[in-house]
Amino acid sequence: MSVADVGETLEGRTGKPPRKRARRSGWSTGYLLLLPGLLWLLVFFVAPTIQLAATSLYDSAGSLEAGYAMTWSFGNYLDALSTYREQFVRSLIYATTATGLALLLGYPLAYAIAFKAGRFKNLMLMLVIAPFFTSFLVRTLAWKSILADNGAVVETLKSVGILAPDGRLLATSVAVITGLTYNFLPFMVLPLYASLEKIDPRLLEAGKDLYANGFTAFRKITVPLSMPGVVAGTLLTFIPAAGDYINSELLGTPRQYMIGNVIDNTFLVQLNYPIAAACSVVLMVVVVVMVLLYVRRAGTEDLV
Amino acid sequence: MARSTQDSRASGADLSLTSVTKRFGGFTAVDDLDLLVERGQFFALLGPSGCGKTTTLRMVAGLEEPTAGRIDLGGKDITRLRPYKRPVNTVFQNYALFPHLNTFDNVAFGLRRRGVRDVKNQVQEMLDLVELSTYGERRPTQLSGGQQQRVALARALINRPQVLLLDEPLGALDLKLRRQMQIELKRIQTEVGITFVHVTHDQEEAMTMADTIAVMNHGVIEQIGGPMELYDNPATTFVSNFLGQSNLVAGQVLGRTGDELVVEVEGSKLGVPVDRARQTSGRVWVGVRPEKVFLVSGGTSTDEGANVLGEARVIDVSFIGVSTQYLVRMPWGQELTVFEQNTGARERFGVGDSVDLHWTPAHTFALDASQDARAGDERYEGGLATAGVGT
Repeated sequence: MSVADVGETLEGRTGKPPRKRARRSGWSTGYLLLLPGLLWLLVFFVAPTIQLAATSLYDSAGSLEAGYAMTWSFGNYLDALSTYREQFVRSLIYATTATGLALLLGYPLAYAIAFKAGRFKNLMLMLVIAPFFTSFLVRTLAWKSILADNGAVVETLKSVGILAPDGRLLATSVAVITGLTYNFLPFMVLPLYASLEKIDPRLLEAGKDLYANGFTAFRKITVPLSMPGVVAGTLLTFIPAAGDYINSELLGTPRQYMIGNVIDNTFLVQLNYPIAAACSVVLMVVVVVMVLLYVRRAGTEDLV
Repeated sequence: MARSTQDSRASGADLSLTSVTKRFGGFTAVDDLDLLVERGQFFALLGPSGCGKTTTLRMVAGLEEPTAGRIDLGGKDITRLRPYKRPVNTVFQNYALFPHLNTFDNVAFGLRRRGVRDVKNQVQEMLDLVELSTYGERRPTQLSGGQQQRVALARALINRPQVLLLDEPLGALDLKLRRQMQIELKRIQTEVGITFVHVTHDQEEAMTMADTIAVMNHGVIEQIGGPMELYDNPATTFVSNFLGQSNLVAGQVLGRTGDELVVEVEGSKLGVPVDRARQTSGRVWVGVRPEKVFLVSGGTSTDEGANVLGEARVIDVSFIGVSTQYLVRMPWGQELTVFEQNTGARERFGVGDSVDLHWTPAHTFALDASQDARAGDERYEGGLATAGVGT
């Protein structure tokens, strides 16, 4: 670099005029762009949520034909919780277990796709998404035959002694949790992949340069940097799993029923709208509180 | 871990590369390279991008494995040693600071991996050295480029490596900051006494900081020496053009008088000191640095014993304050560059003026005529300038 270049650069820096941005047109455009989404949320989310909360406080003695009276019956919540406590607890246990399993299966898979797949990366991502091309119901029904009493899986487990000779998989907690794990695995893998793929490989080189062997570098660099993906993946798995009722319906029995089955049944079979609404609100509140606590503990604000 | 090497820490060790080759598929990035860096040296590997300098550095760091050859550090073969077992640390090109850790934890990373006690004091000391004492809590994203650079330096230096590797460490900084950091790096190196191996494509940066420079091109070292030696007495056309600028004209060695070669260039006889001639017979490139040349009005050069090339015409004048840069066209069509200091004592010329070029034979050098006279010249390698040098 010559003396001439130095002079030019210094001159260029001091002589820079302060930039002003045209604000006025940008301001209204932003709000206009928000409008359709806001309207949609208002009509299809805010209004039904308020309606749901209101329904949960109706007099549960009413009926669809006779109509419901608004009696601010907070007792509905006590009824719902005491009657269906078992299903609530089961939902949380099943969803937590399924989320944990999905993380255990999904992390190595996402890691392999992000770092080891090479030219097969896109193919592998396609395969992760592929199940979405068929219906959720069909896929869950397929598990019914996979886990069937005379199926290959059960026979094999029996022959190696993992399952008792009269044991079965279908209609057990194992089947329901397996179904949940399977169905929500892509929601775990995709955010994990996205956050792992973003990690600069030079950071791992820097780690190795600073006396971290492969495992330590993974523990101290890869894992913390993939936390946003872990948080997003576990939430995307846990939230729908907690409210799911298809898996317990198809792969379980009433003894494996989750709160989703209860809500389904109270709304559509018993037609007890207030209790069904109370169950829904409780589920919503519990999930939101757990998610908030979790996100705060994971402490990812400054990573996402 | 690197405990076995802890006793030999502190003030560095000789680094030697013997016949090191690195191939990527069919491409040879580093070709049979020999290099000796003595302990405590500030050593620069200088070359254009793609010349193999970063690959060489990465092999020393252990991030690439040589295809052939060996690397010794302090007399110990480290060729196949894992990077985390080498007493070598790197300041990476884009710093590669850990974004999830604050400044303190970034700097402490190496110490903690080695299970060193007293992390707190050592980190604080190191942050003091790079003048970031109060920035321990900040995340890398909350630091400026210059500050990030210093964190990267502290993170590597705190481990007291035997050799510190710097991969274009100032490349991302703006010019003013780069100057500042050059002085800073030199100060720190003198203070800690660790061997520094610095990779850069910026010749000025290399010349400012390094004791010894190895100029690399196409995977081989063209020349090794001190900044002044390389500049004053380049061994190849590449070095003469890459380090500063050179005027190279084709000549024919006629003979020898005393310790000077007599070379004929387009009808003029020029003197070249024998010890500055890389080739002493046949066709040669006669070279001279632009600032060594004086311009006088055509036909008035009378200096006895000076090298003179006459009948040139000024075709461009750039006044840049401390000096004036002239581009002159020789009678045989070649364009040469002349820098005149603006001391006020020198005559000014305008475009179209007829001038003679003269300079002291002692400033002349002669290079192998089989080399490309444009090698390493960014004006040509960038594809910007029109042809001007005859072959």
